[in-house]
Amino acid sequence: MTTAADKAKAPPIDVPRDGPDLTGPKLEKMLDKTWASPPGFIGWLSSVDHKDIGRRYIVTALVFLALAGLLAAAMRLQLSRPGNNFISPARYNEIFTMHGTTMMFLFAVPVMQGVQIFLTPLMIGTRATAFPRLNAFSYWTYLAGGCLLWVAFLLNIGPDIGWFSYPPLSGPQYGIGKRADIWAQMVTFTEIAALAAAVSLVATILKQRAPGMTLARMPLFVWATLVTSLMVIFSMPSVALASSMLLSDRLVGTQFYNPAENGDALLWQHLFWFFGHPEVYIIFLPATGFISEIVATFSRRSIVHYPIVVLSLVGTGILAFGLWVHHMFATGLPRVGYSFFTAASIAVSVPTGLQIFCWIATLWEGRPRMQVPLLYVVGFIFTFVIGGLSGVMIAAVPLDLQLHDTYFIVAHFHYVLIGGAVFPLLGAITYWYPKFTGRMMSEGLGKVSFWMIFLGFQLAFFPMHIAGLYGMPRRVYTYPAGMGLELPNLLSSIGSAVVALSVLLFVINMVKSALAGDRADSNPWDAPSLEWAAASPPPRYNFAHIPVVDSRTPLWDAGETISVVHGLRVDDRELLLTSVMSAEPDVREPSAEPSPWPLIAALALTVMFVGSIFSPWAVLFGAIPVSIALIAWFWPKSPTPHPEPTIA
Amino acid sequence: MTLRGAAWALLAILPGGCAGAQNALGGEGAEGSNFVQLFTVFMIVCAVMYVLITAGLLIALWRRRQPLTVEDRRHHETSSAIRPALIGWTALVVAGLTALTVASFFTDRSNAANSASPKLSLTVTANQWWWDVEYQSADASRTVHTANEIHLPVGVPAQVTLKSNDVIHSLWIPNLAGKQDLIPGRVTDIQFVPRKTGNYRGQCAEFCGIQHTLMALDVTVESKADFQRWYEAQLKPAPPPATPQQLAGYRYFATRECSSCHNIGGTPASGQIAPDLTHFASRRSIAAGTLPMTRANLARWVADPQAVKKGNNMPTIGMTDAEVDSVVSYLETLK
Repeated sequence: MTTAADKAKAPPIDVPRDGPDLTGPKLEKMLDKTWASPPGFIGWLSSVDHKDIGRRYIVTALVFLALAGLLAAAMRLQLSRPGNNFISPARYNEIFTMHGTTMMFLFAVPVMQGVQIFLTPLMIGTRATAFPRLNAFSYWTYLAGGCLLWVAFLLNIGPDIGWFSYPPLSGPQYGIGKRADIWAQMVTFTEIAALAAAVSLVATILKQRAPGMTLARMPLFVWATLVTSLMVIFSMPSVALASSMLLSDRLVGTQFYNPAENGDALLWQHLFWFFGHPEVYIIFLPATGFISEIVATFSRRSIVHYPIVVLSLVGTGILAFGLWVHHMFATGLPRVGYSFFTAASIAVSVPTGLQIFCWIATLWEGRPRMQVPLLYVVGFIFTFVIGGLSGVMIAAVPLDLQLHDTYFIVAHFHYVLIGGAVFPLLGAITYWYPKFTGRMMSEGLGKVSFWMIFLGFQLAFFPMHIAGLYGMPRRVYTYPAGMGLELPNLLSSIGSAVVALSVLLFVINMVKSALAGDRADSNPWDAPSLEWAAASPPPRYNFAHIPVVDSRTPLWDAGETISVVHGLRVDDRELLLTSVMSAEPDVREPSAEPSPWPLIAALALTVMFVGSIFSPWAVLFGAIPVSIALIAWFWPKSPTPHPEPTIA
Repeated sequence: MTLRGAAWALLAILPGGCAGAQNALGGEGAEGSNFVQLFTVFMIVCAVMYVLITAGLLIALWRRRQPLTVEDRRHHETSSAIRPALIGWTALVVAGLTALTVASFFTDRSNAANSASPKLSLTVTANQWWWDVEYQSADASRTVHTANEIHLPVGVPAQVTLKSNDVIHSLWIPNLAGKQDLIPGRVTDIQFVPRKTGNYRGQCAEFCGIQHTLMALDVTVESKADFQRWYEAQLKPAPPPATPQQLAGYRYFATRECSSCHNIGGTPASGQIAPDLTHFASRRSIAAGTLPMTRANLARWVADPQAVKKGNNMPTIGMTDAEVDSVVSYLETLK
């Protein structure tokens, strides 16, 4: 393989570059030194390694999953029988608000982005993400937002207005205290974090793919990451705007949402759902990426009709922006408009139907190995399809007007989000665990927890469809006896206990395997994509030489050794950038060093945002430390001149 | 009705809830019965799709396989049957979804047509956490004002104007129709065409604050004659107290906190920010469906509303047992 970098006639002698003369342990030692984080606690805080950031994102998000899961268990205890007094009305409202907010903003989106940040550079054969400091900043901002919300909850000033916080209930007149402000500012934190991560992922995918990895050869998970990151970039500003307008209504007396002053309460719903509906796909599409990777590996063949899967991802990403009004069918908008949104909402199931076909066809054509990750794929299809079909039902206006805001909807979105995203996530954690930790998860424990969560989930959530049809609205802390709601609710509560136990078992498996699991070699599943060419866990620099790709399944097709390019600097952090469409080598680009400034900038931002809950002046004065931190962050290093190799 | 029977069968019914007063599968209104039919159609199509997908998956996992002949192509070879299967699947999905979309569209039109010529018009105004109900009449003296209950004559299309005084609420009487939001600063509407007499229950379906849960209302669908009798009774002022205890209750009500919020027609109590109590005792429940209307429940409610419905806007004012007794005695006369 000859590339532009290869053709360098005479590499300058004063700069060490990887190549035939510099390879093996000597190269690895030098790269390790170049790409290491500084020692000690400060070094740990300064890390810009995408693997550190990805792992931190995943672990933090799983902690939030556990916390929100405990709240769910409390709600199921309260609802296990009619007229129960286990939780007071006010506390119950806080609990369901915290459950939904945490699951959507602090678990589902961040955990997907965490996996994306960890895997994307490995899957496309590069050493770091684009804008690594922005990535670190993203994590710290997310952590600050999550802490704000949960500290407020523990101090009994947590939000109590539901995860979509409709004004006027969340406005200055009815949302008393600081509860709604904390919710709105937490949204701002997580939106900034998500946007920062998304920008970095898009740039990484478009410019840092290994030579030869054209768009048409990208792993499907990377495609899913590209589509969802673009969706984040287009949808999150809408909710950041909405929440800022809500804050200014509450803080400085603007009247965006106040009908008494010619504002409009429905404006919020449009802005929120313009974000909120794409968000569902921002959570779901990465999960389809997991499924595509797992299906290919465990069927031992490439995905059938790869282009259709790609087009489905892109099509879903576009259609997702045309559906938001189906959350608002009961608000009394014109009927003709409703028909359009019904058609669009039903149409979005076509691309998903095609993806499901491609996965089943791949299993059909392949030789499936029934290991834990594939079990989760099977659980996903059995569960998610129910959620998808109930989604088709509620796309129809006459059905939605009955089912909207009932437990049928609660059942629907848990089938979609747990069946459609959490099951694939658990499969993905099992699948990539050797890459995360260097060890395999226990297959036996994995199978037990799969069957428990799969069956427990059905028991917990299927009866909710019936509770909804029998007249149970969502967000109620109790229900009267004699409406037929006792049995469905009792079954749901029992099922949720089984789910809780199975998640506990999964976590035990994770911890036990991290400490004493079987050591994994670089490719324990005989998988086809590049992340399995790196060691388990990957070294700081991911790849000693940047691989070259000439198919969609390089590790299956490359034979004994995979071709590589040479010529990246070893003594300084350097990346190979390639062209957007065809991934031809383009330029070498320095990559940022570790730095504590992203953390300090995030802290300064936290002070400003939290202060702005109490006084508008905080925006003015809080901007000063933020500016200082950003200036320090971007302070240019004095350039050290190195002659570049001439490119022939 | 066979469609409805099929819906029940497909749902793998749980016992107990068949005769629910708040049940989307009741179908006792024109729109409610349209819902049941359309829901059944969707259930059938979706069940077929589900069986096809899961059967395909299971066969894909466990079908017998030919031994591999060409080792090199093991990862990529695709049999020729896949392409026609893909085309067939796509056609099936598109056809099924198109059929459902069209069915949904025509049901929606049918719902719109149901309300073409309303014979009765009323306004429901939502408040945190109760419903104000007013029946309009061309003759202003024949306007009926009540709260937390709706009476409807069977077979008569009713046009309901919906407003909110504070936050967003949603009126949902599943046996009759789907839900409709009540939004401050906007006027929305909903139509009911009740087809079967009976007592139903509605509930707020949009989260509206601490007592969203206890914001229900009683719905009575009755014969035209019964409705007319009820309507005439509602037009009358409250009866005067008859016993000394009722009189004591009346005096307490008229002179203390109660009357600053509540109205009782024909008395000096004329508050307008809480439910109208003129014919309170004729209703089926207390405090927006919170408690059944019994003397014991009424005493509990009057003595300590914050214990019964925490956070609602009626204060606990510390009445003696005798005061509670007398007020309850008086309220019980408000038939």
